[in-house]
Amino acid sequence: MELYRSHVLICGGTGCTSSGSDLVEERFNEEIKKNGLEKEVKIIRTGCFGLCEVGPVVVVYPEGSFYAHVKPEDAKTITEEHLLKGRIVRDLLYYESLEEASDQVKSINEVDFYQKQMRVALRNCGVIDPENIEEYIAMDGYAALGKVLTEMSPEDVINHIKQSGLRGRGGGGFPTGVKWSFAAGAKNDQKYMICNADEGDPGAFMDRSVLEGDPHAIIEAMAIAGYAIGASQGFVYIRAEYPIAVQRLEIAIAQAKENGLLGKDIFGTGFDFDLEIRLGAGAFVCGEETALLQSIEGYRGMPRPKPPFPANKGLWQKPTIINNVETLANIPQIILKGAEWFSSIGTEKSKGTKVFALGGKINNTGLIEIPMGTTLREVIYDIGGGIPNGKKFKAVQTGGPSGGCITYEHLDQPIDYDNLIALGSMMGSGGMIVMDEDNCMVDIARFFLDFTVDESCGKCTPCREGTKRMLEMLEKITSGRGEEGDIEKLEKLAYTIKDSALCGLGQTAPNPVISTIRYFRDEYEAHINDKKCPAGVCKNLLTYYITDACIGCTKCARNCPVDCISGEVKKLHVIDAEKCIKCGACMEACPVNAIIKK
Amino acid sequence: MKTLAELAKIRDEAKGKIDLRGKKGTRIVVGMATCGIAAGARPVLLSLVEEVKKRNLNDVEVVQTGCIGVCRLEPIVEIYEENGEKVTYVEMTPEKARKVIADHIVNGKVVSEYTIGANA
Repeated sequence: MELYRSHVLICGGTGCTSSGSDLVEERFNEEIKKNGLEKEVKIIRTGCFGLCEVGPVVVVYPEGSFYAHVKPEDAKTITEEHLLKGRIVRDLLYYESLEEASDQVKSINEVDFYQKQMRVALRNCGVIDPENIEEYIAMDGYAALGKVLTEMSPEDVINHIKQSGLRGRGGGGFPTGVKWSFAAGAKNDQKYMICNADEGDPGAFMDRSVLEGDPHAIIEAMAIAGYAIGASQGFVYIRAEYPIAVQRLEIAIAQAKENGLLGKDIFGTGFDFDLEIRLGAGAFVCGEETALLQSIEGYRGMPRPKPPFPANKGLWQKPTIINNVETLANIPQIILKGAEWFSSIGTEKSKGTKVFALGGKINNTGLIEIPMGTTLREVIYDIGGGIPNGKKFKAVQTGGPSGGCITYEHLDQPIDYDNLIALGSMMGSGGMIVMDEDNCMVDIARFFLDFTVDESCGKCTPCREGTKRMLEMLEKITSGRGEEGDIEKLEKLAYTIKDSALCGLGQTAPNPVISTIRYFRDEYEAHINDKKCPAGVCKNLLTYYITDACIGCTKCARNCPVDCISGEVKKLHVIDAEKCIKCGACMEACPVNAIIKK
Repeated sequence: MKTLAELAKIRDEAKGKIDLRGKKGTRIVVGMATCGIAAGARPVLLSLVEEVKKRNLNDVEVVQTGCIGVCRLEPIVEIYEENGEKVTYVEMTPEKARKVIADHIVNGKVVSEYTIGANA
């Protein structure tokens, strides 16, 4: 590695890559060359910075200048002004970096979005080059593995993790150390360590970002876990839909092998550990651990009943531990900083931090990591920057298709595993979708059911048939054909599926319905009894009207795809409700907002 | 890699190269506006970076700034200590820059004859 006076960090996460950071990087390279700065300035492609909303993100060190929405042509300006002449380009900074009163420029770490966060699992994301093992080692990488192999016995490691209070971050929240002790106690000639990177909740991208930004942390943690349980072989099960994460992981594994951090006789201690990647085809059910094992073995991904648990009979009937990406990302830190450090963060029963993918109706869409026990209000208003366009907050959906909604009155509840369950939702893997007054809760429930019906593997009847019937009922309600008694039928079916489905996917599939009925029963009733959608989402329950504000400009009539609007120039126009297909084209075209939907 | 010592060695070497992203120590600021560049600030900057690297000075950063104001005395190099004190060197050359690193940064002895006070 060479020493440079300035580092330009360009976000290479999936969010910024799709908003064009590839081209930005290319332009920076051209400009740097053109200005003869190759020996002074280094361009580094990092993992996700978290604030995907303002991507592509570029951060210039040592100043820590945080440039947002960087376009390829901005590379020239930033190079010529900032890198060559040392003048920060204020116009291109993230809006909050510039303090207007004092005209001071804040560094990336000083803006509100990062101030309230605490980064443990994401500590290297957006800080190091994920494709350079030396940068990971510089951040104390592989030191935890060294410590474990030379100073600790497998029992010590397991006790250490138990004491830290770390719980599985994939959704269930099972204590990680306890899980490890099951496999450690099982006697067998071969055991396996698996990393579950089959992240599939709509709107969730925590695991992807960790793998893209800090792949070596996962490799190190898996080797540590392998040592603790007595496994010499590991697999990372990751979906092929995550090409950047897969590629960086491949590079990282190759580098670790080259440096003797994977393979035979690691650190000369006689411990062997090897790692391979297994690509999944993107089925949601393969995130369920027994289905995941089937998939790795080459069979169709379908769950099987538990027990026996994988810790006793897992991959190829051998004792196997399966941990989620984020869970593993915490392990090296716990070893290095101590169980007490980790358990000092968070609440009584939920220790440490949690990564959430913030999405939906929120200003700062992105990836955040907060100590357990932070309130939803802090997450949504302080970190997330509130709801766009001054709309009213309605609910937040956590846990994806397995979770539920949390409403305004519970905004001050601290976030932890047990609290979320008490509120009828769950931590899940950490997707957090914010909804405002324009979201119809019946439609949201229908959306998630649509997803689970699609993803149901079909092995057990309650899930295969039951979720389908629930979806039909929801479609009936949203299309205005709902009848009295439908809500009760839905509830009854929901609880039956919950009790009888084979795996976690089926057992939790009714949660979005149960929780929306619990908090928004009035919306269901409005759909069924009044044939109205209060949020104005369900098309069949809406009628478009033109109010007196109409100036007779004829724009609406010209934009209507079915010619259902009539009226003379400069006179009030009328919509023929019979012919109207409720596409909303007229509403968008109207220059005076005279068209409303009710 | 066969030993922990090897790992520690890689870590210490690599750490210095990325310290820039986070830690703050002494800042060496070079005036790099048109006036500074015309007067030869770039070779000065390069020799500063080279010297910092050669001596493994992990807590020193070299940054640029715009016009400092006394264009007639360019190239200008300012050193901000961690305690907030500032020393301004003027009419710098690559040789002078190396001496500043050796005397001032490493040994804590200000090179008075290069400072603005001695030359203004």
